[in-house]
Amino acid sequence: MIEAEGLVKHFGATKALQGVDLAVKRGTVLGVLGPNGAGKTTAVRILSTLLIPDAGTARINGLDVVRDAERVRQTIGLTGQYASIDEDLTGRQNLELFGTLLDLGRRGARERAAELLEWFDLTDAAGRMAKTYSGGMRRRLDLAASLVGSPDVIFLDEPTTGLDPAKREDMWDVVRTLVADGATVLLTTQYLEEADALADEITVIDHGKVIAHDTPEGLKRVVGGQTLEVRPSDPAQLSRAAAILSEVSSGAAADEIRNGMLAVPVSGDAALTESVARFAAAGISVTELSLHLPSLDEVFFTLTGRTAADDDNTKVSVTA
Amino acid sequence: MTTLTAPPRTKSPVVSSVKPGQRPFRLVRHSLALMKRSLIKTWRTPEALIDVTLQPVLFLVIFVYIFGGAVAGSTHDYLQFLLPGILAQTIATGCIAIGVNLNTDIAKGIFDRFRALPIPRSAPLLGAVLGDVVRYVIVTISTLAIGYILGFRIESNPLMAVAGCLLAVLFALCLSWLPVFIAMKVRTPGAVQGVMFALIMPLSFASNVFVGAGTLPGWMQGFVKVNPITHLVDSMRGLFDGTPVGNHIWWTLAWCAGFVIVFMPLALRAYRKKV
Repeated sequence: MIEAEGLVKHFGATKALQGVDLAVKRGTVLGVLGPNGAGKTTAVRILSTLLIPDAGTARINGLDVVRDAERVRQTIGLTGQYASIDEDLTGRQNLELFGTLLDLGRRGARERAAELLEWFDLTDAAGRMAKTYSGGMRRRLDLAASLVGSPDVIFLDEPTTGLDPAKREDMWDVVRTLVADGATVLLTTQYLEEADALADEITVIDHGKVIAHDTPEGLKRVVGGQTLEVRPSDPAQLSRAAAILSEVSSGAAADEIRNGMLAVPVSGDAALTESVARFAAAGISVTELSLHLPSLDEVFFTLTGRTAADDDNTKVSVTA
Repeated sequence: MTTLTAPPRTKSPVVSSVKPGQRPFRLVRHSLALMKRSLIKTWRTPEALIDVTLQPVLFLVIFVYIFGGAVAGSTHDYLQFLLPGILAQTIATGCIAIGVNLNTDIAKGIFDRFRALPIPRSAPLLGAVLGDVVRYVIVTISTLAIGYILGFRIESNPLMAVAGCLLAVLFALCLSWLPVFIAMKVRTPGAVQGVMFALIMPLSFASNVFVGAGTLPGWMQGFVKVNPITHLVDSMRGLFDGTPVGNHIWWTLAWCAGFVIVFMPLALRAYRKKV
Protein backbone atom coordinates (compact mmCIF):
# COMPACT_ATOMS: atom_id res chain seq x y z
CA MET A 1 0.00 0.00 0.00
CA ILE A 2 1.38 3.38 -1.00
CA GLU A 3 0.02 6.73 0.18
CA ALA A 4 1.58 10.10 -0.61
CA GLU A 5 0.17 13.53 0.08
CA GLY A 6 1.38 16.90 -1.11
CA LEU A 7 4.88 15.84 -2.18
CA VAL A 8 7.06 18.82 -3.03
CA LYS A 9 10.65 18.66 -4.26
CA HIS A 10 12.68 21.47 -5.79
CA PHE A 11 16.17 21.17 -7.25
CA GLY A 12 17.42 24.73 -7.29
CA ALA A 13 15.08 26.56 -9.65
CA THR A 14 13.58 23.33 -11.00
CA LYS A 15 10.28 22.52 -9.38
CA ALA A 16 10.30 18.75 -9.89
CA LEU A 17 7.23 18.12 -7.73
CA GLN A 18 4.72 20.78 -6.71
CA GLY A 19 2.33 18.96 -4.41
CA VAL A 20 1.69 15.47 -5.74
CA ASP A 21 -0.78 13.02 -4.18
CA LEU A 22 -0.50 9.34 -5.03
CA ALA A 23 -2.41 6.36 -3.69
CA VAL A 24 -1.99 2.69 -4.50
CA LYS A 25 -4.18 0.10 -2.82
CA ARG A 26 -2.65 -3.17 -1.69
CA GLY A 27 -2.36 -5.67 -4.51
CA THR A 28 -3.09 -3.19 -7.29
CA VAL A 29 -1.09 -1.38 -9.95
CA LEU A 30 -0.94 2.37 -10.25
CA GLY A 31 0.31 3.69 -13.56
CA VAL A 32 1.99 7.09 -13.28
CA LEU A 33 1.83 8.54 -16.74
CA GLY A 34 3.77 11.57 -17.87
CA PRO A 35 6.34 12.89 -20.33
CA ASN A 36 10.06 13.20 -19.67
CA GLY A 37 10.71 15.67 -16.88
CA ALA A 38 7.18 15.48 -15.48
CA GLY A 39 8.51 14.43 -12.05
CA LYS A 40 7.80 10.69 -12.26
CA THR A 41 11.29 9.60 -11.31
CA THR A 42 11.53 12.17 -8.51
CA ALA A 43 8.31 10.79 -7.03
CA VAL A 44 9.62 7.22 -7.23
CA ARG A 45 12.91 8.26 -5.62
CA ILE A 46 11.06 9.85 -2.71
CA LEU A 47 8.80 6.83 -2.23
CA SER A 48 11.79 4.47 -2.34
CA THR A 49 13.64 6.49 0.36
CA LEU A 50 16.35 7.78 -2.01
CA LEU A 51 15.25 11.41 -1.70
CA ILE A 52 13.78 13.41 1.14
CA PRO A 53 10.82 15.56 0.08
CA ASP A 54 10.89 19.30 0.77
CA ALA A 55 7.28 19.03 1.92
CA GLY A 56 4.53 16.45 2.09
CA THR A 57 4.46 12.94 3.49
CA ALA A 58 4.53 9.44 2.09
CA ARG A 59 3.92 6.05 3.65
CA ILE A 60 4.59 2.53 2.41
CA ASN A 61 2.44 -0.05 4.20
CA GLY A 62 1.84 2.59 6.83
CA LEU A 63 5.55 3.32 7.39
CA ASP A 64 6.80 6.85 6.82
CA VAL A 65 9.45 6.96 4.07
CA VAL A 66 11.52 9.54 5.95
CA ARG A 67 11.19 8.53 9.60
CA ASP A 68 10.95 4.75 9.06
CA ALA A 69 13.21 4.64 5.98
CA GLU A 70 15.12 1.62 7.22
CA ARG A 71 11.95 -0.48 7.65
CA VAL A 72 10.49 0.79 4.39
CA ARG A 73 13.60 -0.51 2.60
CA GLN A 74 12.84 -4.01 3.86
CA THR A 75 9.51 -4.09 2.05
CA ILE A 76 10.27 -2.42 -1.27
CA GLY A 77 11.87 -3.40 -4.55
CA LEU A 78 13.12 -0.76 -6.97
CA THR A 79 13.78 -1.11 -10.67
CA GLY A 80 15.19 2.09 -12.10
CA GLN A 81 14.87 3.62 -15.50
CA TYR A 82 18.41 2.55 -16.28
CA ALA A 83 19.34 -0.99 -15.43
CA SER A 84 21.07 -0.69 -12.08
CA ILE A 85 23.05 -3.88 -11.94
CA ASP A 86 26.80 -4.32 -11.81
CA GLU A 87 27.98 -4.90 -15.36
CA ASP A 88 31.32 -6.38 -14.29
CA LEU A 89 29.60 -9.08 -12.25
CA THR A 90 27.85 -12.10 -13.71
CA GLY A 91 24.08 -12.39 -13.49
CA ARG A 92 24.43 -14.88 -10.66
CA GLN A 93 26.99 -12.80 -8.77
CA ASN A 94 24.69 -9.79 -8.98
CA LEU A 95 21.75 -11.67 -7.47
CA GLU A 96 23.88 -13.38 -4.83
CA LEU A 97 25.33 -10.02 -3.79
CA PHE A 98 21.85 -8.62 -3.19
CA GLY A 99 20.86 -11.82 -1.39
CA THR A 100 23.82 -11.45 0.96
CA LEU A 101 23.00 -7.79 1.54
CA LEU A 102 19.41 -8.79 2.35
CA ASP A 103 20.65 -11.22 5.01
CA LEU A 104 19.55 -14.40 3.26
CA GLY A 105 22.78 -16.07 4.32
CA ARG A 106 25.31 -17.61 1.96
CA ARG A 107 23.19 -20.64 1.10
CA GLY A 108 19.95 -18.74 1.03
CA ALA A 109 21.42 -16.14 -1.32
CA ARG A 110 22.59 -18.89 -3.65
CA GLU A 111 19.21 -20.62 -3.66
CA ARG A 112 17.27 -17.43 -4.19
CA ALA A 113 19.58 -16.41 -7.06
CA ALA A 114 19.09 -19.78 -8.75
CA GLU A 115 15.33 -19.52 -8.30
CA LEU A 116 15.15 -16.07 -9.89
CA LEU A 117 17.57 -16.89 -12.71
CA GLU A 118 15.37 -19.86 -13.56
CA TRP A 119 12.21 -17.81 -13.40
CA PHE A 120 13.55 -15.07 -15.62
CA ASP A 121 15.09 -17.49 -18.15
CA LEU A 122 18.60 -16.36 -17.32
CA THR A 123 20.02 -19.67 -16.09
CA ASP A 124 22.03 -20.22 -19.27
CA ALA A 125 23.51 -16.72 -19.09
CA ALA A 126 24.02 -16.79 -15.30
CA GLY A 127 27.79 -17.20 -15.55
CA ARG A 128 28.30 -14.38 -18.05
CA MET A 129 29.17 -10.82 -17.16
CA ALA A 130 26.06 -8.64 -17.22
CA LYS A 131 27.70 -6.26 -19.70
CA THR A 132 27.37 -8.97 -22.36
CA TYR A 133 23.59 -9.19 -21.86
CA SER A 134 21.08 -7.87 -24.40
CA GLY A 135 18.77 -5.01 -23.43
CA GLY A 136 15.91 -7.38 -22.61
CA MET A 137 18.12 -9.66 -20.50
CA ARG A 138 19.46 -6.68 -18.57
CA ARG A 139 15.95 -5.53 -17.75
CA ARG A 140 15.03 -9.01 -16.58
CA LEU A 141 18.14 -9.23 -14.40
CA ASP A 142 17.43 -5.76 -13.06
CA LEU A 143 13.89 -6.75 -12.16
CA ALA A 144 15.11 -10.04 -10.68
CA ALA A 145 17.58 -8.08 -8.54
CA SER A 146 14.76 -5.97 -7.13
CA LEU A 147 12.78 -9.12 -6.23
CA VAL A 148 15.54 -10.91 -4.30
CA GLY A 149 14.07 -9.85 -0.97
CA SER A 150 10.49 -10.80 -1.98
CA PRO A 151 9.25 -7.22 -1.60
CA ASP A 152 5.53 -6.59 -1.40
CA VAL A 153 5.74 -3.07 -2.83
CA ILE A 154 7.52 -2.77 -6.16
CA PHE A 155 8.51 0.40 -8.02
CA LEU A 156 9.04 0.06 -11.74
CA ASP A 157 10.42 3.26 -13.23
CA GLU A 158 9.78 3.08 -16.99
CA PRO A 159 10.43 -0.66 -17.10
CA THR A 160 9.96 -1.01 -20.85
CA THR A 161 11.51 2.19 -22.22
CA GLY A 162 13.81 1.18 -25.04
CA LEU A 163 12.51 -2.38 -25.34
CA ASP A 164 11.07 -3.69 -28.61
CA PRO A 165 7.34 -4.54 -28.63
CA ALA A 166 7.77 -8.29 -28.09
CA LYS A 167 10.07 -7.74 -25.09
CA ARG A 168 7.62 -5.17 -23.78
CA GLU A 169 4.82 -7.76 -23.80
CA ASP A 170 7.09 -10.19 -21.92
CA MET A 171 7.72 -7.58 -19.26
CA TRP A 172 3.99 -6.91 -18.99
CA ASP A 173 3.38 -10.60 -18.33
CA VAL A 174 5.95 -10.52 -15.55
CA VAL A 175 4.28 -7.50 -13.96
CA ARG A 176 0.89 -9.25 -14.13
CA THR A 177 2.35 -12.27 -12.36
CA LEU A 178 3.80 -10.10 -9.61
CA VAL A 179 0.42 -8.52 -9.01
CA ALA A 180 -1.43 -11.82 -9.17
CA ASP A 181 0.76 -12.92 -6.27
CA GLY A 182 -0.22 -9.98 -4.17
CA ALA A 183 2.47 -7.39 -4.91
CA THR A 184 1.58 -3.72 -4.94
CA VAL A 185 3.10 -2.02 -7.96
CA LEU A 186 3.76 1.60 -8.85
CA LEU A 187 4.74 1.81 -12.49
CA THR A 188 5.83 4.93 -14.32
CA THR A 189 5.49 5.08 -18.06
CA GLN A 190 5.33 7.37 -21.04
CA TYR A 191 2.85 5.11 -22.84
CA LEU A 192 -0.89 5.21 -22.26
CA GLU A 193 -0.98 1.78 -23.90
CA GLU A 194 1.25 0.37 -21.14
CA ALA A 195 -0.69 2.01 -18.34
CA ASP A 196 -3.91 0.75 -19.93
CA ALA A 197 -2.55 -2.80 -20.19
CA LEU A 198 -1.35 -3.05 -16.60
CA ALA A 199 -2.78 -0.44 -14.30
CA ASP A 200 -5.91 -0.52 -12.17
CA GLU A 201 -5.73 3.25 -11.87
CA ILE A 202 -3.75 5.91 -13.70
CA THR A 203 -2.38 9.17 -12.36
CA VAL A 204 -1.27 11.61 -15.04
CA ILE A 205 1.39 14.06 -13.94
CA ASP A 206 2.90 17.00 -15.73
CA HIS A 207 5.31 19.68 -14.53
CA GLY A 208 5.27 18.15 -11.06
CA LYS A 209 1.49 18.28 -10.68
CA VAL A 210 -1.26 15.70 -10.93
CA ILE A 211 -3.45 16.70 -13.85
CA ALA A 212 -5.73 13.66 -13.88
CA HIS A 213 -6.45 10.55 -11.85
CA ASP A 214 -8.84 7.90 -13.06
CA THR A 215 -9.30 4.29 -14.05
CA PRO A 216 -7.99 3.43 -17.53
CA GLU A 217 -11.60 3.36 -18.78
CA GLY A 218 -12.39 6.69 -17.24
CA LEU A 219 -9.27 8.26 -18.66
CA LYS A 220 -9.95 6.86 -22.10
CA ARG A 221 -13.45 8.29 -21.97
CA VAL A 222 -12.00 11.70 -21.26
CA VAL A 223 -9.26 11.58 -23.86
CA GLY A 224 -11.43 10.11 -26.58
CA GLY A 225 -10.99 6.37 -26.46
CA GLN A 226 -9.58 4.51 -29.38
CA THR A 227 -9.06 5.16 -33.06
CA LEU A 228 -9.62 2.55 -35.76
CA GLU A 229 -7.33 3.00 -38.75
CA VAL A 230 -7.97 1.28 -42.07
CA ARG A 231 -6.23 1.34 -45.45
CA PRO A 232 -8.27 -0.24 -48.27
CA SER A 233 -6.08 -1.99 -50.86
CA ASP A 234 -7.95 -0.26 -53.67
CA PRO A 235 -8.01 3.54 -53.22
CA ALA A 236 -11.20 3.62 -55.31
CA GLN A 237 -13.00 1.91 -52.42
CA LEU A 238 -12.19 4.71 -49.99
CA SER A 239 -15.64 6.25 -49.86
CA ARG A 240 -17.42 2.88 -49.46
CA ALA A 241 -14.99 1.93 -46.70
CA ALA A 242 -15.56 5.29 -45.02
CA ALA A 243 -19.30 4.68 -45.02
CA ILE A 244 -18.86 1.27 -43.35
CA LEU A 245 -16.52 2.74 -40.72
CA SER A 246 -19.02 5.44 -39.99
CA GLU A 247 -21.68 2.81 -39.28
CA VAL A 248 -19.31 0.82 -37.07
CA SER A 249 -18.57 3.90 -35.00
CA SER A 250 -22.29 4.66 -34.75
CA GLY A 251 -22.32 7.75 -36.84
CA ALA A 252 -18.92 9.44 -36.43
CA ALA A 253 -17.39 10.57 -39.69
CA ALA A 254 -14.32 8.69 -40.98
CA ASP A 255 -11.50 11.03 -42.04
CA GLU A 256 -8.70 10.38 -44.44
CA ILE A 257 -5.77 11.12 -42.10
CA ARG A 258 -3.01 10.17 -44.51
CA ASN A 259 -3.02 9.31 -48.16
CA GLY A 260 -5.40 6.33 -48.47
CA MET A 261 -5.65 5.81 -44.69
CA LEU A 262 -9.01 6.24 -42.96
CA ALA A 263 -9.45 6.86 -39.27
CA VAL A 264 -12.55 6.86 -37.11
CA PRO A 265 -13.02 7.16 -33.33
CA VAL A 266 -14.55 4.01 -31.80
CA SER A 267 -15.62 3.16 -28.31
CA GLY A 268 -14.65 -0.48 -27.79
CA ASP A 269 -12.53 -3.38 -28.96
CA ALA A 270 -15.59 -4.95 -30.61
CA ALA A 271 -15.39 -2.34 -33.37
CA LEU A 272 -12.32 -4.09 -34.74
CA THR A 273 -13.96 -7.46 -35.32
CA GLU A 274 -17.18 -5.88 -36.48
CA SER A 275 -15.43 -3.84 -39.13
CA VAL A 276 -13.46 -6.86 -40.35
CA ALA A 277 -16.72 -8.76 -40.80
CA ARG A 278 -18.41 -5.87 -42.60
CA PHE A 279 -15.46 -5.29 -44.94
CA ALA A 280 -15.47 -8.98 -45.82
CA ALA A 281 -19.23 -8.93 -46.47
CA ALA A 282 -18.84 -5.87 -48.71
CA GLY A 283 -15.93 -7.43 -50.60
CA ILE A 284 -13.47 -4.67 -49.64
CA SER A 285 -9.93 -5.91 -48.99
CA VAL A 286 -7.72 -3.90 -46.67
CA THR A 287 -3.91 -3.79 -46.34
CA GLU A 288 -3.81 -2.22 -42.89
CA LEU A 289 -6.25 -2.28 -40.05
CA SER A 290 -5.40 -1.32 -36.51
CA LEU A 291 -6.84 -0.07 -33.26
CA HIS A 292 -4.93 2.69 -31.45
CA LEU A 293 -5.11 4.28 -28.06
CA PRO A 294 -4.32 7.97 -28.05
CA SER A 295 -0.60 8.68 -27.81
CA LEU A 296 0.77 10.49 -24.78
CA ASP A 297 0.83 13.66 -26.89
CA GLU A 298 -2.86 13.33 -27.62
CA VAL A 299 -3.66 12.60 -23.98
CA PHE A 300 -1.82 15.71 -22.93
CA PHE A 301 -3.36 17.78 -25.62
CA THR A 302 -6.80 16.78 -24.43
CA LEU A 303 -6.01 17.24 -20.74
CA THR A 304 -4.05 20.45 -20.92
CA GLY A 305 -4.78 21.97 -24.30
CA ARG A 306 -1.15 21.83 -25.32
CA THR A 307 1.29 19.15 -26.42
CA ALA A 308 3.54 17.33 -23.97
CA ALA A 309 6.68 18.52 -25.72
CA ASP A 310 5.52 22.10 -25.64
CA ASP A 311 7.30 23.09 -22.46
CA ASP A 312 7.63 26.81 -23.06
CA ASN A 313 3.94 27.48 -23.37
CA THR A 314 2.21 29.18 -20.53
CA LYS A 315 -0.07 26.89 -18.61
CA VAL A 316 -3.52 26.45 -20.06
CA SER A 317 -6.23 25.59 -17.62
CA VAL A 318 -6.96 21.91 -17.24
CA THR A 319 -10.02 20.84 -19.13
CA ALA A 320 -10.35 17.33 -17.73
CA MET B 1 17.15 -32.42 -24.36
CA THR B 2 14.46 -33.67 -22.03
CA THR B 3 14.84 -34.18 -18.35
CA LEU B 4 12.41 -36.14 -16.29
CA THR B 5 13.44 -34.45 -13.09
CA ALA B 6 13.15 -30.82 -14.14
CA PRO B 7 12.93 -28.69 -10.99
CA PRO B 8 9.44 -27.34 -10.41
CA ARG B 9 9.31 -23.80 -11.68
CA THR B 10 8.74 -21.44 -8.80
CA LYS B 11 5.20 -20.23 -8.91
CA SER B 12 6.18 -16.61 -8.88
CA PRO B 13 9.34 -14.57 -8.50
CA VAL B 14 7.76 -12.69 -5.60
CA VAL B 15 7.30 -15.79 -3.52
CA SER B 16 10.70 -16.73 -2.18
CA SER B 17 11.58 -20.12 -0.80
CA VAL B 18 14.25 -18.39 1.28
CA LYS B 19 13.44 -16.42 4.39
CA PRO B 20 15.80 -13.73 5.63
CA GLY B 21 17.17 -14.22 9.10
CA GLN B 22 18.33 -11.69 11.64
CA ARG B 23 22.09 -11.93 11.67
CA PRO B 24 24.57 -9.95 13.75
CA PHE B 25 27.47 -7.72 12.62
CA ARG B 26 25.55 -6.27 9.71
CA LEU B 27 28.00 -3.47 8.95
CA VAL B 28 30.93 -5.87 8.83
CA ARG B 29 29.14 -8.52 6.78
CA HIS B 30 27.64 -6.08 4.32
CA SER B 31 30.93 -4.20 3.92
CA LEU B 32 32.72 -7.48 3.26
CA ALA B 33 30.10 -8.53 0.68
CA LEU B 34 30.62 -5.21 -1.09
CA MET B 35 34.39 -5.57 -0.77
CA LYS B 36 34.06 -8.88 -2.58
CA ARG B 37 32.25 -7.04 -5.34
CA SER B 38 35.20 -4.62 -5.66
CA LEU B 39 37.66 -7.50 -5.74
CA ILE B 40 35.73 -9.25 -8.53
CA LYS B 41 35.74 -6.03 -10.52
CA THR B 42 39.50 -5.61 -10.01
CA TRP B 43 40.05 -9.19 -11.08
CA ARG B 44 37.92 -8.67 -14.21
CA THR B 45 39.68 -5.48 -15.29
CA PRO B 46 43.38 -6.04 -14.64
CA GLU B 47 44.23 -3.12 -16.95
CA ALA B 48 42.96 -0.85 -14.17
CA LEU B 49 46.00 -1.92 -12.17
CA ILE B 50 48.47 -0.17 -14.52
CA ASP B 51 48.77 2.82 -12.19
CA VAL B 52 49.95 0.57 -9.36
CA THR B 53 52.16 -1.77 -11.40
CA LEU B 54 53.75 0.03 -14.33
CA GLN B 55 54.02 3.49 -12.80
CA PRO B 56 56.38 2.61 -9.91
CA VAL B 57 58.54 0.61 -12.31
CA LEU B 58 58.84 3.50 -14.77
CA PHE B 59 59.49 6.06 -12.06
CA LEU B 60 62.13 3.94 -10.38
CA VAL B 61 64.02 3.20 -13.59
CA ILE B 62 63.78 6.74 -14.94
CA PHE B 63 64.72 8.55 -11.74
CA VAL B 64 67.44 6.15 -10.65
CA TYR B 65 69.29 6.18 -13.95
CA ILE B 66 68.74 9.83 -14.89
CA PHE B 67 69.21 11.54 -11.53
CA GLY B 68 71.05 8.89 -9.54
CA GLY B 69 74.54 10.04 -10.54
CA ALA B 70 73.78 13.73 -10.12
CA VAL B 71 71.82 13.53 -6.87
CA ALA B 72 73.55 10.77 -4.91
CA GLY B 73 76.81 10.15 -6.71
CA SER B 74 75.84 6.60 -7.66
CA THR B 75 72.73 4.95 -9.02
CA HIS B 76 72.82 2.23 -6.38
CA ASP B 77 72.91 4.67 -3.46
CA TYR B 78 70.11 6.64 -5.02
CA LEU B 79 67.99 3.51 -5.57
CA GLN B 80 68.36 2.62 -1.90
CA PHE B 81 67.28 6.17 -1.01
CA LEU B 82 64.52 6.57 -3.62
CA LEU B 83 62.58 3.29 -3.43
CA PRO B 84 60.59 4.04 -0.25
CA GLY B 85 59.82 7.46 -1.70
CA ILE B 86 58.52 6.06 -4.98
CA LEU B 87 56.44 3.55 -3.04
CA ALA B 88 54.88 6.36 -1.01
CA GLN B 89 54.27 8.48 -4.08
CA THR B 90 52.63 5.63 -6.03
CA ILE B 91 50.45 4.77 -3.08
CA ALA B 92 49.32 8.38 -2.80
CA THR B 93 48.51 8.66 -6.54
CA GLY B 94 47.02 5.13 -6.51
CA CYS B 95 44.36 6.41 -4.10
CA ILE B 96 42.95 8.62 -6.81
CA ALA B 97 41.45 5.62 -8.61
CA ILE B 98 38.96 4.87 -5.85
CA GLY B 99 37.52 8.37 -6.13
CA VAL B 100 37.24 8.10 -9.90
CA ASN B 101 35.63 4.64 -9.67
CA LEU B 102 33.12 5.63 -7.01
CA ASN B 103 32.12 8.73 -8.93
CA THR B 104 31.53 6.57 -12.03
CA ASP B 105 29.64 3.92 -10.06
CA ILE B 106 27.27 6.42 -8.54
CA ALA B 107 26.39 7.88 -11.93
CA LYS B 108 25.47 4.39 -13.16
CA GLY B 109 22.66 3.81 -10.71
CA ILE B 110 23.94 0.72 -8.90
CA PHE B 111 24.40 2.88 -5.80
CA ASP B 112 20.72 3.78 -5.94
CA ARG B 113 19.99 0.14 -5.49
CA PHE B 114 22.40 -0.11 -2.56
CA ARG B 115 20.81 2.94 -1.00
CA ALA B 116 17.34 1.44 -1.35
CA LEU B 117 18.42 -1.74 0.48
CA PRO B 118 18.05 -2.19 4.23
CA ILE B 119 21.83 -2.09 4.79
CA PRO B 120 23.94 0.40 6.75
CA ARG B 121 24.40 3.42 4.53
CA SER B 122 28.15 3.45 4.94
CA ALA B 123 28.61 -0.18 3.83
CA PRO B 124 29.04 0.53 0.08
CA LEU B 125 31.77 3.10 0.75
CA LEU B 126 33.51 0.96 3.37
CA GLY B 127 33.38 -2.02 1.01
CA ALA B 128 34.93 -0.03 -1.83
CA VAL B 129 37.73 1.32 0.38
CA LEU B 130 38.51 -2.14 1.79
CA GLY B 131 38.43 -3.66 -1.69
CA ASP B 132 41.25 -1.34 -2.72
CA VAL B 133 43.61 -2.93 -0.20
CA VAL B 134 44.51 -5.45 -2.86
CA ARG B 135 45.73 -2.61 -5.10
CA TYR B 136 48.00 -1.28 -2.37
CA VAL B 137 49.41 -4.72 -1.67
CA ILE B 138 50.10 -5.11 -5.38
CA VAL B 139 51.88 -1.76 -5.60
CA THR B 140 54.04 -2.62 -2.60
CA ILE B 141 55.03 -5.99 -4.01
CA SER B 142 55.68 -4.74 -7.54
CA THR B 143 57.79 -1.81 -6.33
CA LEU B 144 59.90 -4.01 -4.06
CA ALA B 145 60.25 -6.64 -6.80
CA ILE B 146 61.52 -4.25 -9.47
CA GLY B 147 63.70 -2.59 -6.84
CA TYR B 148 65.24 -5.94 -5.98
CA ILE B 149 66.01 -6.61 -9.64
CA LEU B 150 67.68 -3.20 -9.93
CA GLY B 151 69.75 -3.84 -6.80
CA PHE B 152 67.68 -2.56 -3.85
CA ARG B 153 68.25 -4.53 -0.67
CA ILE B 154 66.39 -4.71 2.65
CA GLU B 155 69.14 -4.03 5.18
CA SER B 156 67.12 -4.40 8.37
CA ASN B 157 65.21 -7.67 8.91
CA PRO B 158 62.09 -9.22 7.37
CA LEU B 159 59.89 -8.22 10.29
CA MET B 160 60.78 -4.55 10.00
CA ALA B 161 60.42 -4.73 6.22
CA VAL B 162 56.91 -6.16 6.59
CA ALA B 163 56.12 -3.47 9.15
CA GLY B 164 57.21 -0.84 6.61
CA CYS B 165 54.97 -2.36 3.93
CA LEU B 166 51.99 -2.58 6.29
CA LEU B 167 52.48 1.04 7.27
CA ALA B 168 52.35 2.00 3.58
CA VAL B 169 49.13 0.01 3.01
CA LEU B 170 47.53 1.47 6.14
CA PHE B 171 48.50 4.97 5.01
CA ALA B 172 46.80 4.33 1.65
CA LEU B 173 43.65 2.98 3.31
CA CYS B 174 43.33 6.07 5.49
CA LEU B 175 44.25 8.56 2.77
CA SER B 176 41.57 6.93 0.53
CA TRP B 177 38.86 8.77 2.44
CA LEU B 178 40.07 12.05 0.89
CA PRO B 179 39.39 10.97 -2.74
CA VAL B 180 36.17 9.26 -1.58
CA PHE B 181 35.04 12.57 -0.10
CA ILE B 182 36.02 14.46 -3.28
CA ALA B 183 34.14 11.85 -5.34
CA MET B 184 30.95 12.61 -3.39
CA LYS B 185 31.36 16.34 -3.90
CA VAL B 186 32.21 16.80 -7.59
CA ARG B 187 30.14 15.86 -10.57
CA THR B 188 32.44 14.01 -12.98
CA PRO B 189 35.18 11.38 -12.68
CA GLY B 190 37.48 13.77 -14.55
CA ALA B 191 36.96 16.40 -11.87
CA VAL B 192 37.89 13.89 -9.15
CA GLN B 193 41.12 13.20 -11.02
CA GLY B 194 41.84 16.90 -11.48
CA VAL B 195 41.24 17.88 -7.87
CA MET B 196 43.19 14.91 -6.54
CA PHE B 197 46.20 15.59 -8.75
CA ALA B 198 46.25 19.18 -7.59
CA LEU B 199 46.39 17.91 -3.98
CA ILE B 200 48.69 14.91 -4.38
CA MET B 201 51.32 16.48 -6.68
CA PRO B 202 52.55 19.11 -4.19
CA LEU B 203 52.35 16.56 -1.36
CA SER B 204 54.49 14.00 -3.18
CA PHE B 205 57.04 16.43 -4.72
CA ALA B 206 57.41 18.93 -1.89
CA SER B 207 58.67 16.12 0.31
CA ASN B 208 61.77 14.06 0.90
CA VAL B 209 60.79 11.55 -1.82
CA PHE B 210 63.42 12.60 -4.37
CA VAL B 211 65.98 14.56 -2.38
CA GLY B 212 66.87 15.00 1.29
CA ALA B 213 64.77 17.67 2.96
CA GLY B 214 67.98 19.49 4.00
CA THR B 215 68.74 20.51 0.40
CA LEU B 216 65.46 22.44 0.03
CA PRO B 217 65.07 26.19 0.56
CA GLY B 218 64.19 27.11 4.13
CA TRP B 219 60.63 28.30 3.44
CA MET B 220 59.82 24.99 1.80
CA GLN B 221 61.34 22.92 4.59
CA GLY B 222 58.57 24.04 6.90
CA PHE B 223 55.99 22.41 4.65
CA VAL B 224 58.14 19.38 3.93
CA LYS B 225 58.60 18.69 7.62
CA VAL B 226 54.88 18.43 8.35
CA ASN B 227 54.02 16.73 5.05
CA PRO B 228 52.52 13.28 5.85
CA ILE B 229 54.36 11.78 2.89
CA THR B 230 57.70 12.89 4.38
CA HIS B 231 56.89 11.07 7.61
CA LEU B 232 55.79 7.94 5.77
CA VAL B 233 58.96 7.94 3.66
CA ASP B 234 61.24 8.51 6.65
CA SER B 235 59.49 5.67 8.51
CA MET B 236 59.92 3.28 5.58
CA ARG B 237 63.56 4.26 5.05
CA GLY B 238 64.28 3.51 8.67
CA LEU B 239 62.37 0.23 8.62
CA PHE B 240 63.93 -0.97 5.36
CA ASP B 241 67.49 0.19 6.12
CA GLY B 242 67.52 -0.60 9.82
CA THR B 243 68.38 2.98 10.71
CA PRO B 244 66.72 4.93 13.56
CA VAL B 245 63.20 6.08 12.64
CA GLY B 246 62.82 8.67 15.38
CA ASN B 247 59.13 9.44 15.91
CA HIS B 248 58.27 9.42 12.20
CA ILE B 249 56.16 6.29 12.62
CA TRP B 250 54.09 8.04 15.30
CA TRP B 251 53.68 11.06 13.07
CA THR B 252 52.60 8.82 10.19
CA LEU B 253 50.05 7.04 12.38
CA ALA B 254 48.80 10.39 13.63
CA TRP B 255 48.28 11.55 10.05
CA CYS B 256 46.49 8.27 9.23
CA ALA B 257 44.15 8.81 12.16
CA GLY B 258 43.67 12.42 11.07
CA PHE B 259 42.65 11.45 7.52
CA VAL B 260 40.08 8.99 8.85
CA ILE B 261 38.73 11.28 11.56
CA VAL B 262 38.30 14.21 9.19
CA PHE B 263 37.46 12.75 5.80
CA MET B 264 35.50 9.59 6.66
CA PRO B 265 32.63 11.44 8.39
CA LEU B 266 32.70 14.11 5.66
CA ALA B 267 32.57 11.44 2.94
CA LEU B 268 29.76 9.52 4.63
CA ARG B 269 27.78 12.69 5.20
CA ALA B 270 28.22 13.78 1.57
CA TYR B 271 27.23 10.28 0.44
CA ARG B 272 24.01 10.36 2.46
CA LYS B 273 23.12 13.72 1.00
CA LYS B 274 24.03 12.89 -2.56
CA VAL B 275 21.06 12.85 -4.91
